[in-house]
Amino acid sequence: MSDSTTAAIERAARSATRQVLRDFWRDFRRNRGAVLGLAVFVALVAIALLAPLLAPQDPILQNRDALLMPPAWAEAGRLDYLLGTDAVGRDILSRLIFGARFSLFIGVVVVSIALTGGILIGLVAGYFGAWVDGVIMRVMDVILAFPSLLLALVLVAILGPGLLNAMIAIAIVLQPHFVRLTRASVMSEKHRDYVVSARTVGAGPLRLMFLTILPNCLAPLIVQATLSFSNAILDAAALGFLGMGAQPPTPEWGTMLAEAREFILRAWWVVTFPGIAILVSVLAINLVGDGLRDALDPKLKRS
Amino acid sequence: MFGFLLRRVAFLAPTFVGITVVAFGFIRILPGDPVLLMAGERGLTPERHAELLHQLGFDRPIWQQYLTYLGNLLQGDLGTSIITKNPVLGEFLTLFPATVELSLCAIFLAVALGVPAGVIAAVRRGSLLEQAMMGTALVGYSMPIFWWGLLLIILFSGILHWTPVSGRISLIYFFEPVTGFMLIDALLSGQEGAFGSALSHLILPSIVLATIPLAVIARQTRSAMLEVLGEDYIRTARAKGLSPLRVIGLHALRNALIPVITTIGLQVGVLLAGAILTETIFSWPGVGKWMVDSIFRRDYPAVQGGLLLIAGVVMVVNLVVDLLYGLINPRIRHQ
Amino acid sequence: MRYRLCGILAATLALSVAGAASAKTLVYCSEGSPEGFDPAPYTAGTTFDASSKPIYNRLVEFERGTTNVIPGLAESWTVSPDGKEYTFKLRPGVKFHKTGFFTPTRDFNADDVLFSFNRQLKKDDPWHEYTAGIAYEYFDGMSMPELIKDIVKVDDMTVKFVLTRPEAPMLADLAMDFASILSKEYADQLAAAGHKEKLNQEPVGTGPFQFVAYQKDAVIRYKANPDYWEGKQAIDNLVFAITTDAAVRQQKLLAGECQVMPYPNPADVPALEANANIQLMEQEGLNVGYLAYNTKMPPFDKVEVRKALNMAINKKAILDAVFQGAGRAAINPIPPTMWSYDKAIKDDPYDPAAAKKMLADAGVKDLKMKIWAMPVQRPYNPNARRMAELIQADFAKVGVEAEIVSYEWGEYLKLSKAEDRDGAVLLGWTGDNGDPDNFLAVLLGCDAVGGANRAQWCNKEFDDLIQKAKVTSDKAERTKLYEQAQVVFKREAPWATIAHSVVFMPMSKKVQGYKMDPLGSHRFDGVSLAD
Repeated sequence: MSDSTTAAIERAARSATRQVLRDFWRDFRRNRGAVLGLAVFVALVAIALLAPLLAPQDPILQNRDALLMPPAWAEAGRLDYLLGTDAVGRDILSRLIFGARFSLFIGVVVVSIALTGGILIGLVAGYFGAWVDGVIMRVMDVILAFPSLLLALVLVAILGPGLLNAMIAIAIVLQPHFVRLTRASVMSEKHRDYVVSARTVGAGPLRLMFLTILPNCLAPLIVQATLSFSNAILDAAALGFLGMGAQPPTPEWGTMLAEAREFILRAWWVVTFPGIAILVSVLAINLVGDGLRDALDPKLKRS
Repeated sequence: MFGFLLRRVAFLAPTFVGITVVAFGFIRILPGDPVLLMAGERGLTPERHAELLHQLGFDRPIWQQYLTYLGNLLQGDLGTSIITKNPVLGEFLTLFPATVELSLCAIFLAVALGVPAGVIAAVRRGSLLEQAMMGTALVGYSMPIFWWGLLLIILFSGILHWTPVSGRISLIYFFEPVTGFMLIDALLSGQEGAFGSALSHLILPSIVLATIPLAVIARQTRSAMLEVLGEDYIRTARAKGLSPLRVIGLHALRNALIPVITTIGLQVGVLLAGAILTETIFSWPGVGKWMVDSIFRRDYPAVQGGLLLIAGVVMVVNLVVDLLYGLINPRIRHQ
Repeated sequence: MRYRLCGILAATLALSVAGAASAKTLVYCSEGSPEGFDPAPYTAGTTFDASSKPIYNRLVEFERGTTNVIPGLAESWTVSPDGKEYTFKLRPGVKFHKTGFFTPTRDFNADDVLFSFNRQLKKDDPWHEYTAGIAYEYFDGMSMPELIKDIVKVDDMTVKFVLTRPEAPMLADLAMDFASILSKEYADQLAAAGHKEKLNQEPVGTGPFQFVAYQKDAVIRYKANPDYWEGKQAIDNLVFAITTDAAVRQQKLLAGECQVMPYPNPADVPALEANANIQLMEQEGLNVGYLAYNTKMPPFDKVEVRKALNMAINKKAILDAVFQGAGRAAINPIPPTMWSYDKAIKDDPYDPAAAKKMLADAGVKDLKMKIWAMPVQRPYNPNARRMAELIQADFAKVGVEAEIVSYEWGEYLKLSKAEDRDGAVLLGWTGDNGDPDNFLAVLLGCDAVGGANRAQWCNKEFDDLIQKAKVTSDKAERTKLYEQAQVVFKREAPWATIAHSVVFMPMSKKVQGYKMDPLGSHRFDGVSLAD
């Protein structure tokens, strides 16, 4: 008897979910910027996946007869190096194309770690409350008291420079936002009728946390995840720029900028293009994030 | 109000202890032996190495080092820089005004441009102007500022020669620092042109540092205004025939500013993070650049003290914002 | 223009320099902040440029632009026949700086010399550790504590150094920065006031310029010492504008915000050379960058294997990609600006085919090895990672698979010393005093195995030669010995000698009389500024 009740509740919830998704897509589509952002993002994913096919050259192959070659349209440029070459003669376009892999990879990994950790910790804090909540939130306060980049920088200094460590550091720094969001939603949801009734029909705490409460807190988490995705790319690039992120010859965009810094007066293309790549991808993701927020947040939809 | 203040401060105490643990613990587990770094390629004998480790106190048990650290901390002693042999607190304090000056200028710029932009965008909802402004804001929000800074240097200093390249003031001016704020010191010095020079040195770094807060504030102001403009009392005010300027300026903006103030307060952390990159690019002698240098030089005590002080500053500013918020919005106080 | 003039007036008033209207200020865009203003506890050139070079003198000095040792605060000296006693006759009438914080009442004398050395030499000296954690790395690193038995004040104007053994490079050592002479009278005044740490913050010396003010990480100001024993300098004010980024330094130079800058980005050198307002000086640095094999580990214990790998390395490509042209291929372990450099020695030719054959003949196939790349930038290796990548590609062509490894710098220095280290290590050396002993004995001597001798290479023939040269005081004879040592080195190939850096100094055409220092420092005595 109690089982069929829960099942019924969940069935109703699923059909409601489908309706919500339809509404969501309708709202999202109305936002032209968001659709554009999504298109760019999809293109980025495609570029990243197809990088070996798209890239005209090997991104770490050094063409020693073509050091610091300007882009093709410039006077001394050559058509085989569309966007020019860097100090050791690597094709910048190919490096940018492969760089898309790293940036997206960074975003995915960082958000996955931060999201998973944040949700777990947030659920625990919100669901159990009391001192568990107190301790967890104090720890989060401590993390948030440091400027994110500074904390990430020190963490990477401890773990050692490198892409993996940079990702871990950024995930740690971003994760309190997810904890706070999850906790707040859980706290407001946990006394709602549907949760109380699920509990009375005998749902255990794990089921309650993950299957009953969590789906109802997803909207703000999705928006936060999108923002964190772009933040992760920016922070990783900043760490790379400071020499603490991905290490050469990895074609990570921030690292490319760091390597290019000594050439800003002589070879503008080695500085300009990686920056544009970072800006465009972050912008696209933020556009998507804005669209998601507007579509998911009923309050903003109204006004 | 006083009770509220006390509660807030008491609330912060455990966080502060947490910060000391983090600042201390981090540095202890940093790999790399500072003594070896000091010696460089030349190297040193094992005896000398042990002697130096002992001198710097790195050979004692961790908990002892932590207790000594806390004890010293309470006396205002944050340790001595390994590199310069000067007290860390003193180093921080000589450089901090430069960061504060830059941050204040940036936040001023961000508010002075961001709030009006947000208001205009909200009022002109749906117009091309709004789309252009919000589009620009989003670009600013997505900007890798280290790259942005380089571009501005190439353009304005390198090609156009409009702004000086780096530093805080032209070297032809020289006066003893009084306040540590170059703009004020330049005025106090009475030297003609000094103020202008200091100001021109501030422009590019301020723009770079202001970029992200400006975008955030503009976006936040817009959405807060939109929300307020939809409220009943605004409609009533409009219906009563009050002039639009009055409605927007007096009623709507005042209410919309509450969340905006919180946003501005929250930008302090963002500013200090941004200062790390901005100061590095512009050779700005502030605490951000000092922290980066210290991390690279493995100057343990400096990194430790810097982490603690910067987190402390962020905490205090957040506290002030909290209190301001409580002042504006009495409901919060009694929660 | 009017503003600028007023500014200069105001600045000079503030500096209280006489003849304000014509005061000449030279601005140097330095590359970093000094660690302190007492040269003895430090080893960094940046610190010496800001402390020992402008502010202090030494008993003997390096002649400007050379590594020759000439009289400084000592007018003359004699060496005892056994080479163990150096007696210095001090220069009379030398005045310490008169500044806002110190007014000297007496001239320089033997007490100042004893103070300057004994604080480094004697652990019980009250000034040995005058602020927490201070140590005399250079003094120790040059083995002075073992070398100097005693320093004796013969009379007020005569000082005698007694050594434990004859040491030919001693005079050159005494011209080094750690041997700067400080004022004992000033130190006494600081001790009485309970502010010993100010010795490192508000320096007083006898040098060509005196300290005015330092704004941390921003500006250092000096003015010409009016009573300098060689006469007052042509420039009135010397300003160091601390600018860590090379591109920014260059912008400032081009904008006229400074007149001299060190360490331009090699990539920008051609543009600077073409600039009509800029004069560009260049010189080989007193350094060498190398790849040290571990000669104790097979198969690198075989000369043929090391030779073959040396022949596989395309140095030309490295000079182009890593040094951007600001380097010279290294043939010998000492740089060509150093005396006794053997010009007759030929480098191993770049010949991958022959290298491959040599490896096969030596019975080595499918060789896998590690290349260690330093995590830091050094003059002798501006980008070790990039260099390692290039060598990796070169080795691949002869069938050797190389893996690049790197460690945090302190770890790198430590781990690379291990006698059972796996792999060849990229490292280098910058000379201290211009003496060949400072390269050959320090880096390749048998004593240094397990230490600075990263090749772990102990060759009896080589070691005998350099040990003999160390105790010989006749320079011609020493030259011969060092030339022979270089022949042995090249034959045995414990390193692949990669490159010596070329140091560029761009400066405004108004700067006159600047001489590049082969030891790599930046000195502004004897420099003048045209209108």
